[in-house]
Amino acid sequence: MNSIWTIARKELSDSLRNRWLMAISLVFATLALGIAWFGAAASGQVGYASTPATIASLASLGIFLIPLIALLLAYDAIVGEEEGGTLLLLLTYPLSRSQLLLGKFLGHGLTLALATVIGFGVAGVAIAVLVDDVAIASLAVAMLRFIGSTVLLGWGFIALAYLISVRVSEKPIAAGLALAIWFFFVLIFDLLLLGTLVASEGQFSAELLPWLLMLNPTDIYRLLNIVAFGDSAQLSGVLSLGADLPIGFAGLWLGLVLWFAIPLAGALLLFRNRRI
Amino acid sequence: MSCFHLDNVSYRYDKSPVLTGIDLTLEPGEILGLFGHNGAGKTTCIKLILGLMTPNQGSVSVLGGHAGDPQVTQHIGYLPENVMFYPQLTGREILNHFARLKGASLQQVPQLLEQVGLGDAMDARTKTYSKGMRQRLGLAQALLGKPKLLMLDEPTVGLDPVATADLYRLLRELCEGGTGIVLCSHVLPGVEPYIDRAAILTDGALKAAGDLAALRRQANMPVTLSLDPANSISALEHVIDRASSSSGLIIKSDSGRLRVDVQPRDKMALLHAVMASGEVADISIHQPSLEDIYVHFIGSGGLAHRGGSQ
Repeated sequence: MNSIWTIARKELSDSLRNRWLMAISLVFATLALGIAWFGAAASGQVGYASTPATIASLASLGIFLIPLIALLLAYDAIVGEEEGGTLLLLLTYPLSRSQLLLGKFLGHGLTLALATVIGFGVAGVAIAVLVDDVAIASLAVAMLRFIGSTVLLGWGFIALAYLISVRVSEKPIAAGLALAIWFFFVLIFDLLLLGTLVASEGQFSAELLPWLLMLNPTDIYRLLNIVAFGDSAQLSGVLSLGADLPIGFAGLWLGLVLWFAIPLAGALLLFRNRRI
Repeated sequence: MSCFHLDNVSYRYDKSPVLTGIDLTLEPGEILGLFGHNGAGKTTCIKLILGLMTPNQGSVSVLGGHAGDPQVTQHIGYLPENVMFYPQLTGREILNHFARLKGASLQQVPQLLEQVGLGDAMDARTKTYSKGMRQRLGLAQALLGKPKLLMLDEPTVGLDPVATADLYRLLRELCEGGTGIVLCSHVLPGVEPYIDRAAILTDGALKAAGDLAALRRQANMPVTLSLDPANSISALEHVIDRASSSSGLIIKSDSGRLRVDVQPRDKMALLHAVMASGEVADISIHQPSLEDIYVHFIGSGGLAHRGGSQ
């Protein structure tokens, strides 16, 4: 446990030192405040639209940003150490491979969680204080749900980045694959799903289709933050499938948790069997 | 309890043998030189002892335990070849990090950095370090927590002659304190005075192991005598010819001296004869050096047929 924390602590202090933590927090806070204030601009006015609309917009932007940040933060976790020669050295220390990877995960995970809580937390507080007629309770619940799911989504992509990082032997390849993962889940997946829907002309099993959304953590994340308001009208595109998902909230949360637990377990397994 | 003991160890990488039937032991307080051409299996040997890999055959015991166990690795210091430490951290921060991982006290960190000559640079980021300074930092890292077994891969790369001498003095001190040390190096004349035993690997097999005297005996290489004649060179040549009628010696004369290559077993007889004749003014004896022995065992094919990576 001690060595896990030693590794995590180095990652945390690294992200403080290179100002990653500060930069991500700042981006999140600016984004949230910008959307809160100019979210109603589409309808021709400036000002706070509504909590559901704000969260929905944040979630839509979040699915682009969070995976990207998580992948960038974590893609060189192992391959970076290997290129510097420190991986070999670390493994000669009283430290198992699992401990090393879990320490990295704790460090990167805490960095992302802290940035999310600080960035969006500050924005939430600012909205609560500055907007006159906002319902504090529902805002707080929505914000907490949003922050929680954002952290889980980020952890998922950190774990996916590790899957790459323990497999490849060069940093540029890891970076390329990380971008490919981002591209697939954020852009390609929904297109594929939509294409399947259209091409199958309704022949596809109607019960199976909504479950396909669970194969993409960013879709789960959006569902979680939009469906929560019981407003299915907000669901556009493939997300409308989500209204038919028979698993409810707990299932969506579980989905996000599985999406970081399974890739992390996979990365641990791959790392343990890897030849040094 | 020996520092490590390899018993008939073999290791294959994708079915091609890297090490075959290695028997090697290191006792506490001993300095072992591990030599071999590129791809001979030195690094694999070290990785097996460090527990980074397990052998396909044979057994590896380290410090009375199993290679790779945390209780064992805690007492091993290792300096790999070419480490780039975290460039954004200072020397002190890096050493603190590694000390925490090793469970060693943080108080020794500034002391160790002083000891390797990084006292003034310990609070500078390591991206500003020269190669020699990174090497010193790596050494300080290897010395964390007073290791009982120290494995150094090319420790003198990038070190100036004074620093190299300091390093060997330090190793000698550690050795006297009971640490077993493995030195891998290609600078054979540099390590020759400091090692107690040498092990020579070629193509994954242990060609020879033992102290220098034993290796010389095993190699049975001629000893070279340089003789200054007292009177005339031809008289001296005549004496040698007579003394060695049985075993063909090679005589070369250069600039008024004679160089004679003599088999070790004939050396004393020849010396007696030469001394008795009174024809010699000065003698110097050149034993085969570690480098000569190394070349003898490796074969002088050199680059031509030695390939592969380590």
